[in-house]
Formats: sequence, structure tokens, C-alpha cells
Amino acid sequence: MASTVTFRLAKPRATAPADAADLEPAWIRRVLVSVTLGFLVLFLFLPLAAVFVEALRKGVSVYLATFLQSDTLAAIRLTLLTAAIAVPLNVVFGVAAAWAIAKFEFPGKSVLTTLIDLPFAVSPVVSGLIYVLLFGAQGWFGPWLSEHHVKIIFAVPGIVLATIFVTFPFVARELIPLMQAQGSDEEQAAIMLGASGWQTFRRVTLPNVKWGLLYGVILCNARAMGEFGAVSVVSGHVRGMTNTVPLQVEILYNEYNFVGAFATASLLALLALATLGIKSFIEWRTQRDTAAA
Amino acid sequence: MKTSLRFCLLAALVAVSTWTAHAAPQPVTLLNVSYDPTRELYQDYNAAFAKHWKATQGQDVTFNQSHGGSGKQARAVIDGLEADVVTLGLAYDIDALAEHGGLVPKDWQKRLPDNSTPYTSTIVFLVRKGNPKKIKDWPDVVRPGVQVIVPNPKTSGGARWAYLAAWGYALQANGNDAGKAQAFVTAMYKNVPVLDSGARGSTTTFAQRNIGDVLLAWENEAHLAQKEFGADKFEIVTPPVSVLAEPPVSVVDKVADKHGTRAVAQAYLEYLYSPEGQDIAGRNFYRPRNPKAAEKYAAQFPALKLFTVDELFGGWAKCQKTHFDDGGVFDQIYKP
Repeated sequence: MASTVTFRLAKPRATAPADAADLEPAWIRRVLVSVTLGFLVLFLFLPLAAVFVEALRKGVSVYLATFLQSDTLAAIRLTLLTAAIAVPLNVVFGVAAAWAIAKFEFPGKSVLTTLIDLPFAVSPVVSGLIYVLLFGAQGWFGPWLSEHHVKIIFAVPGIVLATIFVTFPFVARELIPLMQAQGSDEEQAAIMLGASGWQTFRRVTLPNVKWGLLYGVILCNARAMGEFGAVSVVSGHVRGMTNTVPLQVEILYNEYNFVGAFATASLLALLALATLGIKSFIEWRTQRDTAAA
Repeated sequence: MKTSLRFCLLAALVAVSTWTAHAAPQPVTLLNVSYDPTRELYQDYNAAFAKHWKATQGQDVTFNQSHGGSGKQARAVIDGLEADVVTLGLAYDIDALAEHGGLVPKDWQKRLPDNSTPYTSTIVFLVRKGNPKKIKDWPDVVRPGVQVIVPNPKTSGGARWAYLAAWGYALQANGNDAGKAQAFVTAMYKNVPVLDSGARGSTTTFAQRNIGDVLLAWENEAHLAQKEFGADKFEIVTPPVSVLAEPPVSVVDKVADKHGTRAVAQAYLEYLYSPEGQDIAGRNFYRPRNPKAAEKYAAQFPALKLFTVDELFGGWAKCQKTHFDDGGVFDQIYKP
């Protein structure tokens, strides 16, 4: 409290609009702050705390034992594998799409921009069903795939495909506004000075967007590891084989193994916390970079 | 010289491979796609069968299990989930495998004894300790103020059995008046606050999340919930009349032939009828077909009047079309 007061006093009075909030009666400020805090506690901290309390209900050893179970380990491995494939592909796609959209003019650009947002607009269940309709035994390519002994649905490739689909806007969405705001002046200058396209991209474009890119990557990763709906549709739920961590949580819960379910869920909660941590770090770095520039 | 050396190597290789093939056949993996409440049953049974198969055939067999709502599971198999065997909640869901993609022959149900249902079950009431709402018989579940927990008959086999149990009771209580039966079932679903997609989801809603006054459950699921959560929390109420639920099993011919697993898949299902298989079923609260095993577990299965789907509904195909297909009776009576 004391520090806020000194901060306010130290601030020059010249920035009048910013101080307008200070002119509001104190009770309004207090009400607003307590409503926000109450909301956060009720809807964010409590559930998050509940996950860990439930997970540790029977002690740390039971909690850790969950992760030695072969099915849970297999789920963790599958989730890591899925993210390891989906995230790099979406980085390549996201950078390419953002570059094309932000730096060039071409017919159909607005259509492309809209299409990139499609996975955000579509329910994850539908995203999963698309692949069942395409690659399922009764689907378009089903008979051909089955003849050639290629398994996509209810196997790892289907899970990876569905994950790529639901996560592909993340990187592009982060980069497009950033790249548009930066314009293409620096790139034009680089090319005028004789840089090749690749050099321009690597030395000029990429350094300019690196924090935005990193932010997109961690969001993309968080969603790739946490996706439930689309993956559930294409998984087939075979224990130890096609269950990702979120699906394993459901299975453990349904087997009355509540500690196991919450312990596994706590992994996802930790992932969320780590994501938030990296996000604030990036925001801090971006601000510092902009201030320095 | 070179050729003869190569020949010798080849001969040795063939000898070794045939010898190992004789000593230990290639290990085999079966995928059993099952419905929700059979997790514990097949955990026990798979271990027992693997032991039996190893002892009699010398082959290692491992199992993969997938569980979910019966209808949803059938759909997944139709869409390409490569199940060697299916052990589902009701015959109609295996009929669907015959109809779509010809995964099993149309007469699949005649291939094993007792209509391919090695164990049976029924629908009972699971209530909270002391039965505070005094739920004893079917009329009690339509009383105003009684919250009924039951899964969605569109996706869950158990839910369809529960629906038919209620309908069958009302039909018999009202001299086969279908209008009155429909009114009764409509009133029952008015008391349902939430429809989960599978039997297990409903059990956790009722037992873990403490929602509702009575759970319409598979008998085995009710016993299991009592065992998991403690007998001091729940009571099982067996109504005087209910449906004979027959969860069937079948080899998925198309998949088993593709995997080359037909023999072991077949044996896997046949062994369910053996004394050991029947005992495991009884131990997991399924009613065994075998009279001896049934006698052993008689204490946990109170006698009640059971009607079959064939008797009251003219078989599953007809029943499904009338009641559960889109635009069927269920769609008319349940409007959330």
C-alpha cells in the first residue's frame, strides 16, 4: 500500500487523464478491486487449488505413484510426441502465413485471413469429426487406407492431425498484427541494400517478431497438450496406446481413481502455470525492447 | 563354397525360426472394445484368460481395452477402430456392425450360446444411505421432487436398458397400454436433471458429485459403486420387476481376419462361458449363466421378475427404431 502511495505522489500531475481514475471516490475503486479479486479467487484460484489438494489427498507417495503407472506414462509420452510434431509444423505454417498476409498484397488475402481463424470458430468436436469423415473406415479415404494398412483414425496420426488443426491459428494470429504494425519498410531497405530474401527474413523479419513468435509457440503448445474434444473424437480411447493426458484424466476419474485423475490433471495445471510464467516474462521483455528502441 | 555357406546359413535360420515358432508362438495382442461398466470385469478376465491361453497354447496374449458408451463404441468400430472383439451393452449395437461395413455376419448372435450373452444383468436403483426418499419400486421414481440420474439412451446401452425397464414396468402395470407407459416414462425423464453420455459418467455424477436421489444403474455398476465408495453411503434397491439385460459379445470377423487373430479371439469369448469365466463374471457382479456359478453368487442377486426385450418390445431392431432412432419416442418425450 505504502509503495503505491509514494508512486502516485512521485508521478507528475501533468498526466491528468491517467489520474482521472484517482478522482473516483475510493469506495468505487474498492468495490471494483474486490469484485475482480473475488471473481478470480472463485473461478481461478479455487479450482486450481482444488486440483492440487485432491491430487495430494492421499500423500505425496500416492501422488507420485500415479506417474509410474504404465498407462499414465504412455499418455504423457503420447502428449509430448503430439506436441513435438504439431507445434513445429504450426510454427512453419504460422510464420509463412503471417508473412504472406502482413507483407504482401494478393487476391484472396482476406479469405485466407478468415480461414486461418476457422479452427477458433469451429467446435473441437467438429474438428475431430472432420477427420473421422475423411479417414474413418466409412469415410472418403477409409477403404483405400484400410487396403494399404494405413491407420490414421484411432491411432497416433489422427491424434496429431486433429491437434494440428485445432492449434494452427495460434502462431499466425500472434504474428499477423505484429508484422502488419511493423510494416515492410525495413525489409524493403534490406533488399535495396542487396540482401537476399532469406537473409532479409532471417536478419530483419525474424528478430523483429521473435517475442511474438515465442508467445504464439507457447500458446500453441499449451493448447496442443491440453486439447480434449477433437482428440477424444479421433482417439478410440485404447488404454496405454491412444490416450493423451487429458483423456487419461477422464479415464482415471471414471475408474474411481480420483487421486490419479487429479494428479494427472495437476500436470496440465502446472503446464498452464508455466505457460503463464513464460507469457509474463515475454511481455516484460517485449516492453523492455520497445522502450529501448 | 560361397553358395553352400549361404545355404547353410539359410537352413540354420529356417531351423531356428521353426524351432522358436514351435517353442513359443508369436505373442498376440487383442483389442477388446467394450462398454462403460466392464472395466473391472475385463481387467480380471483378461489376466485369467492370458494365463489360461499361455498354459494351453503356449502363446502370450496381451490385451488392449477401450471403454465408453456402448453406442459410441460401436460407432468407433464402424469408423475404423480395429477391435478384434466387441463386448457391448446390447445386441443392437453389434447389429450395427453387421449393417454398416459388414464387420460381423448378420447371424453373429447365433454363434455363441445364450444369444452370445455369457452373463446378464438388470437395472436396479442405487439410493443414498437410509433411502431418505423411500424409493422402493418404479412408481417412486416419477414422484415429484425425486431427482433421477440416468445416462442418455442415444449413446449409452445401460440407459436404453433403464428406459426399457421403466417402460416395461409401466406396460405390465397398465395392462399393456402403450399410452400410459409413455406417460410414465415421460414423467420419469422430467425428473432427470442431467443426462451423461455413458453409464460410468452417471455413476460419478450420482456418487462423486452427489447429484440426485436415485441412480438407475446396471446391477453390476450399482454393486461396484457401493464397493468403491463404501456400503455406508449407498443402498441398492432391487425393484420387484425389471428388464433382463443381455450384454452380448462377438468376434469382429473383418478385423480378426485382417489381424490373423480369429482363433484366439474366438477362444477368448468362449472362455467367458467356462467355470472360471463365469466365476469372474459373478465376482464382478454380473449374473452368470452357468447354474453352478449363479448358485455361488445367489446371495448378491435378489430374485425379481425379469422380462426380455424380445417379449415386450419385439426384439432390438424394432425397439431401437420405435424408441431411440431420431424422431423416435425418446426424442418426443425428452425435451431438455
